[in-house]
Amino acid sequence: MKGIFTNKVKEMEANIEAFLDTVCNAGLILVGGVKAYIRKNKERFEQCHKEISILETKADTLRRDIKQKLYYNMLIPESRGDVLGLLENIDTVVDICEKVLEQLSIEQPIIPEYLEGDFIELSELSGKAVDSVVQGSRAFFTNIKMVNDFVNKVHFYEHEADQVEKSIKRKAFASNEIKQFSRKVHIRYFAEKVALVSDVAESVAERLAVYAIKRRM
Amino acid sequence: MIGTLFLLSSGLFLGWSLGANDAANIFGTAVGTRMIRFYMAAIISSIFVIIGAIVSGAGASHTLGKLGEVSAMSGAFTVALGAALTVLWMTHAKLPVSTSQAVVGAIIGWNFFAHSPAHLDSLRTIIGAWIFSPILTAIFAFIFFQIIKLIVDNSRIHLIRLDSLTRWGLIIVGAFGAYSLGANNIGNVMGVFVNSSPFHDISIGSFLKLSSVQQLFLVGGIAISVGIFTYSKRVMLTVGKSIFKLSPLTAFVAVLSSSIVLFLFASQSLKTFLVSHGLPSFPLVPVSSSQSIVGAIIGISLAKNPKNTNFRMLGKISLGWITTPIGAVIVTYILLFFVQNVFGQTVT
Repeated sequence: MKGIFTNKVKEMEANIEAFLDTVCNAGLILVGGVKAYIRKNKERFEQCHKEISILETKADTLRRDIKQKLYYNMLIPESRGDVLGLLENIDTVVDICEKVLEQLSIEQPIIPEYLEGDFIELSELSGKAVDSVVQGSRAFFTNIKMVNDFVNKVHFYEHEADQVEKSIKRKAFASNEIKQFSRKVHIRYFAEKVALVSDVAESVAERLAVYAIKRRM
Repeated sequence: MIGTLFLLSSGLFLGWSLGANDAANIFGTAVGTRMIRFYMAAIISSIFVIIGAIVSGAGASHTLGKLGEVSAMSGAFTVALGAALTVLWMTHAKLPVSTSQAVVGAIIGWNFFAHSPAHLDSLRTIIGAWIFSPILTAIFAFIFFQIIKLIVDNSRIHLIRLDSLTRWGLIIVGAFGAYSLGANNIGNVMGVFVNSSPFHDISIGSFLKLSSVQQLFLVGGIAISVGIFTYSKRVMLTVGKSIFKLSPLTAFVAVLSSSIVLFLFASQSLKTFLVSHGLPSFPLVPVSSSQSIVGAIIGISLAKNPKNTNFRMLGKISLGWITTPIGAVIVTYILLFFVQNVFGQTVT
């Protein structure tokens, strides 16, 4: 009966909130990082890269802590599997955000000027998808009726991100400005990588929709 | 003392069987879904079953007493044995069974054997209560489900907090359910022994007085507790996981509705209160907690999605109303014949 004590309940609620805040921040930093890279603000970009690495570690620690306490205190036995599944999947979003900035930092792709706007738009759409999936996850815990609204938003942003991703690829491969094939492939790779954030957010949202149906009375 | 215990043994066995099976109706889902540990459930239900039996057990037991006044101890032993064997037999045959219905059948069997006319008014009241109790539980469950759903959907309670509140809720309604079970069903276990109770009134100091009937109910309550501790775990795990897949929150609604109904059919003080205020009261009759829970599940199911309601369960309840008492009449009649003619005991 350890789980019935209020301080444990409050601590667990706070941990879940902190975890979701971390994911939300990772989405915002991704957008900031991509913008800083495109605008060639190296100092700001490296700062974002550093921050997102810290967030990624923090998210992992929080997730492990939540998992351990959920089992140890025997909390939410009925929805424990779903909650842990949700947290594990949403943690992947942070991992991918971190990887995008890490690879930008290592590989330093050359983004032609005519694609800069598209890349910024793509990162913003992925950021919005992350924000919506975080809001949907908060709703899963506190306001189940709202989950579907956020799930729909994630679908919308993912679809938009897909369109922008395709447009970047088309423009890159159709362009005479980029001479080397390897550069075109490099741009395609990063377009896919940034769009992957919204893809993963969508797959989390799909699971979330199922968990929400299961949670309804 | 040993002779007395032997003659009470059939009732104690009924009590054990009741504890083993019916405690699962109260704490089955909570334990099966790991919301509450088995030992906590067993301790709470044992304590409250005994309190319910001693404090409020007399009313429902009195109605059974009116149905057939079994005044010989050997007769009471045989009636309880007849009911117990019927429960065993029907459980073995996988037919729906209720201790309440087996006991009533056994008493009617005694009436036939003793050529003592059954008190038809009592019989009518009892059968009416059997039919009405699952229906009333379904109505309560339907209403409570809608209320809880409204609260949960609109209060924005965090899942973790809701889980904690549900645990407390399950413990509280479980305690209430155990109290109501003790109050309502102790008559099944010890009711037939009331007229031939081997105990005498005792006083412990000036504050605690136990009548012979209360002592009888205490012994019956202990038998129920033994049933809970020794055998109910596996039944709880079965109820919680396989037969009715209830979520902890819907289990709360089901147990609350069922407990209220059992309480309504057991509480003398509530009856007095309702009558004194000119309100309709409930007859004090032992009803089936299993059928009551099934009624609650149907009520919840109707509230959730009427199309998916399994009305076949209603058929099972109705079958139990007929087969169990008839089986008990036959078994008890045969047993009384043997006890009187083979063992030379006075049973009437």
